[in-house]
Amino acid sequence: MDFRLKALTKSIWVFHVSAGSCNNCDIEILDCLTPRFDVERFGIQLVGSVRHADALLVTGAMNKKSIPRLKKIYEQAPKPCVVVACGICAVSQNMFRDSYSMGDPLDKIIPVDVYIPGCPPKPEAIISGIVKLVKKIRGA
Amino acid sequence: MSHKVIIPIGPYHPLQEEPEFFQLYDEGEKVVDIDIIIGYNHRGIEKLSESKHFDQVAFLVERICGICSSSHPYAYVLAVEDILGGEAAVVPERAVYIRTVVDELQRIHSHLLWLGLAGHFIGYNTVWMWAWKYREPVLDLFEMVTGNRNNYAMLKIGGVRRDIKDEDIPVIKKTLDELVPAVRMFEGAVMDDPVIRARLEGVGILTREQAIDYSVVGPTARASGLDMDVRRDDPYGAYARLDWNIIVEKTGDIFAKTVIRIREMQESIRIIRQCLDKLPPGAIDADVKDIPPGEGIGRVEAPRGECFHYIKSDGTNRPVRHKIRAPSYMNVASNKVAVIGGTLSDATITLAAVDPCYCCTERVAVMRRDTGKKVMNGWDLIKLSQEKTARLKGGGA
Amino acid sequence: MDIRDQIKEKLGKKIMQWHEHSSRRVYLSVSRQDIFGVAECLFKQVALRFATASAVQIPSGFEIVYHFSHDAGGTIYSVRVLLEGTEPPAVDSITPVCSAAEWIEREIWEMLGINFINHPNLKRLLLAEDWPDGNYPLRKKQD
Repeated sequence: MDFRLKALTKSIWVFHVSAGSCNNCDIEILDCLTPRFDVERFGIQLVGSVRHADALLVTGAMNKKSIPRLKKIYEQAPKPCVVVACGICAVSQNMFRDSYSMGDPLDKIIPVDVYIPGCPPKPEAIISGIVKLVKKIRGA
Repeated sequence: MSHKVIIPIGPYHPLQEEPEFFQLYDEGEKVVDIDIIIGYNHRGIEKLSESKHFDQVAFLVERICGICSSSHPYAYVLAVEDILGGEAAVVPERAVYIRTVVDELQRIHSHLLWLGLAGHFIGYNTVWMWAWKYREPVLDLFEMVTGNRNNYAMLKIGGVRRDIKDEDIPVIKKTLDELVPAVRMFEGAVMDDPVIRARLEGVGILTREQAIDYSVVGPTARASGLDMDVRRDDPYGAYARLDWNIIVEKTGDIFAKTVIRIREMQESIRIIRQCLDKLPPGAIDADVKDIPPGEGIGRVEAPRGECFHYIKSDGTNRPVRHKIRAPSYMNVASNKVAVIGGTLSDATITLAAVDPCYCCTERVAVMRRDTGKKVMNGWDLIKLSQEKTARLKGGGA
Repeated sequence: MDIRDQIKEKLGKKIMQWHEHSSRRVYLSVSRQDIFGVAECLFKQVALRFATASAVQIPSGFEIVYHFSHDAGGTIYSVRVLLEGTEPPAVDSITPVCSAAEWIEREIWEMLGINFINHPNLKRLLLAEDWPDGNYPLRKKQD
């Protein structure tokens, strides 16, 4: 196990990218920060710049106009960086797959570590996905 | 002489149905021009809609926006029912009331969401946490009534997909009763707090004339003194049979928009209570087989304003043309006049005031116009806004 | 005066067809040359609100429907314009009288390739920067 990767599992700082999403996943992600779920207890927080981030949380169906920005953001992220595909759009482009304005699915653009399906995934599901990722990195 | 700076905000931001990219042109503290670039979220839904069966389109349009996920399908089914002869002619009574309940629950959750984020932008993170805390029970109601916290899949042509069970009604009423003091608290907090007033009053003004020229809709228009609300003007659902008020303010500033949204929540609670009391028995959907050729227009007052759907059918099982106009499409364009002339520290809240999106501003960057070098980012801009509030607080205002 | 009579009187012979689908949905057709004047009249003089416009490709060309809303009466007045026989199709922009139409005209231009004459800012709104010119997603595919 990569030591540097293992160090990421405490107080994960998350940068959130929305690449053509409908907003639902995005508000459920913010919901995770608010009193009922409150993941900030564990040091998980959204950060304003990808250069501070340990994890990239991607939502949305990969719209052609946003893909170049997504690539740029991934390049700027300090490595190692885990990528979480949140919501069925980021996982498989959902019903927008056939649209003229959609590009490749997320995992063909950048490597993805965790897939959290759901439309939208409930905050519990998002938290559970992150917990699974942490466990996997720690090798538990 | 102050530096001229360009501030790009965006391009895409986590919270909104239409990611926008704002470029603010500044001279010192003052915003002198703005470019709005959108399209980062364009998914080609109008084209996809032409390839789907009329029944499937309802699920598609639900995913236009996660926050208005009952308004878009509602406007869509109204447009199709307009071809068939109108909602009243097609849909059973009970379904009409259920539609109204879902629509109003959605308005409460959307306005609470906005209130929280507006609080965050002016440096009141407590407001954010509290508003979202009170939003959770509303989402629980959605989960109970529709099966999902968002994307309710309630609307279908000719009725609704799920019934409200009799045993659910007391639960909904109890949750609403608990929400009333919370909304009142927010109203008191906003009206009485001198700092909030100082931050919001007279900021980001959209005059009545500008509101007409940009044809803005919803709370943005009502804050500028335009007395319009689709629920009353072009009644759908059960609104014409219920007792409720339209909130109109004159000043056009952000304070007016905030007050309108808070008071609308109270009205929504009233509407839902009446609907539950009057909920008639009977079927929840009608059997609609074919959609005849023709054109139909459906309008719904979404939390952000009038949501407009136009359907053209040629008698097959798919729409020939489906035009969707979300309320923010009109409202966001009006930012052009609301932001210019204001200060940089007010820009975040002004852009957020039409309820387009908030987190776009998380990716703001301030650039020097001469060097193109980044001197500030979005969080600095929010910080600037929050510091202004802190200054006002400290100033014994 | 009733708003309908007012519109009929003001527009006069410009109305080629008047169809009331229901009490709150009125469709009227005007010619392509008249649309600027009609929009100015409806938006400025009758003070209707511009809701949106929708365009569609039909066998004989293109059709644009401008939707104006009369809020007090809850009625939508949809003004239909047919564009036939010209390539690229073109029509006068109504943005100079009605700022609200700026975005929707840009959208129709990029989606269907309809040129809006005298539009102050006709550039891409939604599609990606590297989208090929001349490829209009909402046009029907020629089989």
